[in-house]
Amino acid sequence: MLTNRRLIAAHFWLAFIVFGVALVLGAWQMFVRSPLNAWHFNPEFYYRSVTAHGSAMGYVFPTLIAMGFGYAITEASLEKALIGRRWAWAGFFLVAVGAVVAMIPVSLGLASVLYTFYPPMVGNPFYYIGVVMVVVGSWIWVTLMVTNFTIWKRENPGKPVPLAMYANVAGSLLWGWTAVGAALEILFQILPVALGLKSKIDAGLARVFFSWTLHAIVYFWLIPTYIAYYTIFPRAIGGRLFSDAMARISFILFVVVAMPIGVHHLFADPQVGAGFKFMHSVFTGLVALPTLLTVFTICASAEIASRLRGGRGAFGWIGALPWSNPIMLATALSLVMLGFGGAGGLINMSYQLDAAVHNTQWITGHFHLIFGGAIVIMYFAIAYDLWPHLTGRALDSFGLMRTQLWLWFIGMIVTTFPWHYVGILGMPRRMAFYDYANPAISPQAFSVAMSAIGGFILLLSGLLFLLVLIRGQFGVRGEAGAYRFAVPLHMPARIPVALNSFGLWLALMVGLTVVNYGFPIAQLMALKETSVPAVYVGAGR
Amino acid sequence: MSDQPLFSPRNPWFGISVGVTAAIAVLSAIAGLIWLPLAQPNLKLAGVWDAICSAAGVPRAAVQEAGVKPDFKTSNVVMTSEMLTKVDQVSIGRGATLAQRCAICHGPQGVSDAHSPNLAGQFAAVTYKELNDFKTGARVSVVMGPFAAAMSDQDMKDVAAYYAYLPRVPSDNLDTGRAAPAVVVTGAPMRNIPPCGSCHGDIDNKAGSPWLGGQSAVYIKAQLEAFASGARRNDISQQMRNIARRMTPEEIDQVAHYYEAQP
Repeated sequence: MLTNRRLIAAHFWLAFIVFGVALVLGAWQMFVRSPLNAWHFNPEFYYRSVTAHGSAMGYVFPTLIAMGFGYAITEASLEKALIGRRWAWAGFFLVAVGAVVAMIPVSLGLASVLYTFYPPMVGNPFYYIGVVMVVVGSWIWVTLMVTNFTIWKRENPGKPVPLAMYANVAGSLLWGWTAVGAALEILFQILPVALGLKSKIDAGLARVFFSWTLHAIVYFWLIPTYIAYYTIFPRAIGGRLFSDAMARISFILFVVVAMPIGVHHLFADPQVGAGFKFMHSVFTGLVALPTLLTVFTICASAEIASRLRGGRGAFGWIGALPWSNPIMLATALSLVMLGFGGAGGLINMSYQLDAAVHNTQWITGHFHLIFGGAIVIMYFAIAYDLWPHLTGRALDSFGLMRTQLWLWFIGMIVTTFPWHYVGILGMPRRMAFYDYANPAISPQAFSVAMSAIGGFILLLSGLLFLLVLIRGQFGVRGEAGAYRFAVPLHMPARIPVALNSFGLWLALMVGLTVVNYGFPIAQLMALKETSVPAVYVGAGR
Repeated sequence: MSDQPLFSPRNPWFGISVGVTAAIAVLSAIAGLIWLPLAQPNLKLAGVWDAICSAAGVPRAAVQEAGVKPDFKTSNVVMTSEMLTKVDQVSIGRGATLAQRCAICHGPQGVSDAHSPNLAGQFAAVTYKELNDFKTGARVSVVMGPFAAAMSDQDMKDVAAYYAYLPRVPSDNLDTGRAAPAVVVTGAPMRNIPPCGSCHGDIDNKAGSPWLGGQSAVYIKAQLEAFASGARRNDISQQMRNIARRMTPEEIDQVAHYYEAQP
């Protein structure tokens, strides 16, 4: 039973409003840098827009979803009201105010540094302060999740923590630790320079700190999606979760190996040794494991549901799945995008193959397919599933939901597949202008135009999504009942202590961080003469 | 729920997970730090320890090679975006006195019709760098060389601060309705020319790039031609020489007249 519905709804609404605004910016960016647009704009607007789009989509939107969904999971799975309701509201307002504080300098063109900060570029200090406020707001959520988890365990000795809550706490712990990297970068490297206390910045060290955050942040975005796979999808299609233990092991693997792998973003950077790049590459390969486990478990769960409905044959059962159910559709489309995106990711993590695609549009295509595609489509599914419980009204525009989900899938494929292709042709990312008249670049023009059209399909789908939610606010009143999660095939009565707690996994996470990051960071801190003059961003006259 | 303690050798989850993680870490470290570097003959490593240091990214002294020395003087000013941006009233006052000797060409208010640069409102770092280059001979001018030769570092900072303090005066040829030439707004990517505005204002301002609005067209044209011919060589990384060489005479003309008409 959800007690704090307004708290949860506030998180989801703010998340989707931010998402809507950033989506418009994204579509505009796709258009202006494509051959569909004769080039006649100030490129600074492009970088401004990219900074706003990235910061909103990367920092604000998924954080609010994880927070809102986390509160819903806490109340629904532990079957008690959230402890720390006021703190939760404080966290929400910190995120909201932080987002505004960060976006004002970006809109004014004073912080067009892109959301990954790119030192030695340095923008207005309020941009970074805003981002820190968002992170601190989310840390309140981390603390609340751990507190609720711990108190429930104390009150229910010997009982397994419900899977949804266990996974939710895994996500919050992963985020709590991985956000430390960017926080260190902002507080000790960038802010002193942005505030004018220093004029030089150790760009290499700052980038290493950011890589600490940059990869695992993706898994933080991903965890609500995986929670939906494991705990919403089997229930929504009338089946059972194939294995509770397998699910727990997947989330544990994310906690342990998602973080000490970020240096694969720095393969082209000279400040990290090749040996450490190799070690990070190995662990990046390992992070494919929980995804493979998940795909197996989810397909097995779908098969259970189908056979319960009378599905037969080696493959015939696939047709018997409830395809008209939006959650079924969203999960299937999400897994397809996850498959393509994951295959691209295996290319990025390999040192030699990465050399061919590093900093090209391939990378932009890759993370849009994984995050914008596989992850965000499940955010839609979570919202559709949760909405009747938040509004107390029926959400029954199923046709509209299916259209929206298909449009999102088609739009994302049309956007990202050509992006991957032009990346292989060598098109660099983060540029406002491409001279398509250049004979070397003109073969990319068709693909870029195609991906811009994909961008508009995504925009249309995003608008439909908001329409469905708004209609849901005015639907027929009806009590949706208790919010439930999927039941595993074999309900665990007793589980090993390791699968019901996090101490061991946190120790391994921190230990691996020390092994994989300790020396590179210590060395860069010890080396003298590694700082360079900062490049302040923002037009000066 | 198992009553076993979590961190205990008797807990199989503890032993297996720590063992497997440590094994992967050790194996990947051996492969990445020892085996792979030693497998590359072109690294010329002296042994295992050398391989580990190399793969861990410990800096090694670069081979000392005699660099190619240019046959002309190069600028010794190090530009940073914060350079001389702090206003110092005493410095401005001293600069005002020192600047009297500049007035004959640059005008008493830093503006003149003599086709010499208008200095009123120019970024202090820009004026300072040019004075320095005149003094060291990195930029050659029979008029400016002797003036700069007698100036101390503080004198140059003061004069630069004074001119930065003076307000910009709109040019006599002001025409804000004039359309910007393509090379100013978009550059010419096919010839590797970035937009003028990406350093000289409008789009962004980069350290050391002068404000060009209202400057004499004759002066701008003469400087671009000097960069193109190599007569002027004090642009630190050749950026202006590379650009000017690739500009057509018509573009140089358009740019010069465009900037003259700007505020």
